[in-house]
Amino acid sequence: MEKIDYRDEGRFCSGHVACAGCAEAISMRVILNAVGEDTVGVIVPSCTAVILGGYPMSSTKTSFIHGTLESAGAFASGVKRALRAQGRDDTTVLCLAGDGGTYDIGLQSLSSAAERNEDILYICFDNEGYMNTGGQKSSSTPHKAATGSTPLGKPTRKKNMIEILAAHRIPYIATTSPSHLSDMAAKVKKAKSIRGTKVIFVLIPCLPGWGVAENAAVKTARLGVEAGVFPLIEVEGGVKYSLTVDQKTRRIDDYLGEQKRYNHLSDEDRRELQEEVDDTWARLLARAEAGE
Amino acid sequence: MNAPAFNENLHLLNGNHAVAWGVRLAKPDVAPLYPITPQTPILEKLIDFQSKNEFDAELLTPESEHSAMAAAIAASATGARVFTATSSQGLLLMHELLHYASGARTPMVLFNVNRTPGAPWGFWPDQIDSLSQRDTGWIQFYSENPQESLDTVIQAFRISEAANLPVMINHDAFYVSHSIEPVNLPSAEVVDGFLPRIPREFQLGDDSGRSLGAPLDQAGWNLTRQDMDVAMQGVERLTAAAGGDWAKLTGRPAAPLELYRCEDAEVVFVTMGSMCGNAREAVDRLRENGIAAGLLKVRLFRPLPAEALREALAGVPCAIVLDRNYSPGTGGVLHQELKAVLFGIETPPRLHGMLAGVGGVNVPVETIEKLAAEYRNAAPSAQPIWVE
Repeated sequence: MEKIDYRDEGRFCSGHVACAGCAEAISMRVILNAVGEDTVGVIVPSCTAVILGGYPMSSTKTSFIHGTLESAGAFASGVKRALRAQGRDDTTVLCLAGDGGTYDIGLQSLSSAAERNEDILYICFDNEGYMNTGGQKSSSTPHKAATGSTPLGKPTRKKNMIEILAAHRIPYIATTSPSHLSDMAAKVKKAKSIRGTKVIFVLIPCLPGWGVAENAAVKTARLGVEAGVFPLIEVEGGVKYSLTVDQKTRRIDDYLGEQKRYNHLSDEDRRELQEEVDDTWARLLARAEAGE
Repeated sequence: MNAPAFNENLHLLNGNHAVAWGVRLAKPDVAPLYPITPQTPILEKLIDFQSKNEFDAELLTPESEHSAMAAAIAASATGARVFTATSSQGLLLMHELLHYASGARTPMVLFNVNRTPGAPWGFWPDQIDSLSQRDTGWIQFYSENPQESLDTVIQAFRISEAANLPVMINHDAFYVSHSIEPVNLPSAEVVDGFLPRIPREFQLGDDSGRSLGAPLDQAGWNLTRQDMDVAMQGVERLTAAAGGDWAKLTGRPAAPLELYRCEDAEVVFVTMGSMCGNAREAVDRLRENGIAAGLLKVRLFRPLPAEALREALAGVPCAIVLDRNYSPGTGGVLHQELKAVLFGIETPPRLHGMLAGVGGVNVPVETIEKLAAEYRNAAPSAQPIWVE
């Protein structure tokens, strides 16, 4: 059992409208807490935007602009430049987007912000699909997962956004999970201390979208980390890879078994997915061992 | 236009460089810019100014006009004075965010160089790019020449920040954007005095912790448009006031509408942008030949100065609209607008809609003169007329 050292500053409030049992709410609490008071937020259409609340309510004491789905990187750039022009260069610009707004429609503006190395902290809540519109596939949806638009399973693999962003040579990229909240807080604080574009991916098992039990979101995320499906890593300067959890302790079956989106898999499918995980893990390990 | 008297502030500038000078004098905090022909000289001149430490804005060069507008909105919402510029395809790519900018009530100035949209590809003066954005909640000006473009940029910041509405200023590709004319540059002191910084009621990152743009219910959304309507209705007055103050400082008047020799006119041309130059010349020649012609120049197109247009055209026997744009299925946009405005008045003019100069074709003074001769006593057609 992990003991969490946590002091809540009250940036995220109760009464929000996340689904009961959703791990995004606890993640938002930890992230908003770690980023602190001197922050301006950008949020684009996503579950997160809904959880932040409809006018005139807000579940956070941090000021957010609700931008357009494809423009998270550009909105965040505009906020940052305006703050800099007003002598407030130390204020953190926090950008929250889902995987649709990051891997798909927002890729262009994120790539552009990363290319300019804009001083922003970008968080992608990755629930591997358009879950806020009822569960359609995005380019983050993993191989063979069933969604509303891939009922027989997605025929292609999840887009590797880590490598795409690493190719931009931004100072910091990381992954984290609601099963590892101390790690989440530490990575957010580390990212906040670095100038330039920082991107952190948070795995968010979607209860209705993935077919996960209401009490199993955190557990599912943990199984994903332990099976090596969602490795916890850091990439510094686009080249220096390191594994936060350096052991893969489970087979993928434990992770798949928690989720109805994989109910249709054959034994052969499971073997294929295990091979993919093993291959990706080996490549990651080789990168981490190489140092740079 | 009469040649300005020589003075030390007089510079030979093309329309786009005149815009860049206006922007430099207005001192925006943030300027996201993306290149596109024929806007690019605005971007280049501003970056040139900045490289010489003559212009001190946060310049962003994102990957598209869409991101330029997104950054502009976010910067304005964070309290910055913001400028951006585009043309044609770029403006059309921004379309979604044009609605967002006005809905978020983010003041800013966008300069658009009017150019034909593809397909087929062309780079020619045509106003359909901006006219097709007329429902996006932006204040729209059309400028006739480089001096007016510079002056309007400076006035637009004042109007935009007073109304909390974004302003789009347009001038025609090449006819204005690349034509060199003598331009009077106002002093920095004059512009600083004209454009004081107004503290915002709300900006992102202030102490309130409030957010901007969150979803709301039907009645709430409806109210946002009622508020916008109130703001829009104040724009004509703000424009007249800004133009009046500017005239006192520079001697150059700038009203929402300009009436040229419309007294007792039997035929009045109504148009916007660079076309006004040739139309004014045609009016002079027609008057010399005994035809009482006049010109009504529409400088402020959104909000449309409806009452002023009615007043200007009531009792005029004939009005001929020259549209350098084509809205397929209806005709010229300004023609449509005037039909709507004039409907129901007691003594409306016979209103002719001419598609003149669509795609950037030249409309010489002689052609405009002939239109007066041919149509001033004719019954109007329901169909638009293509001017050869």
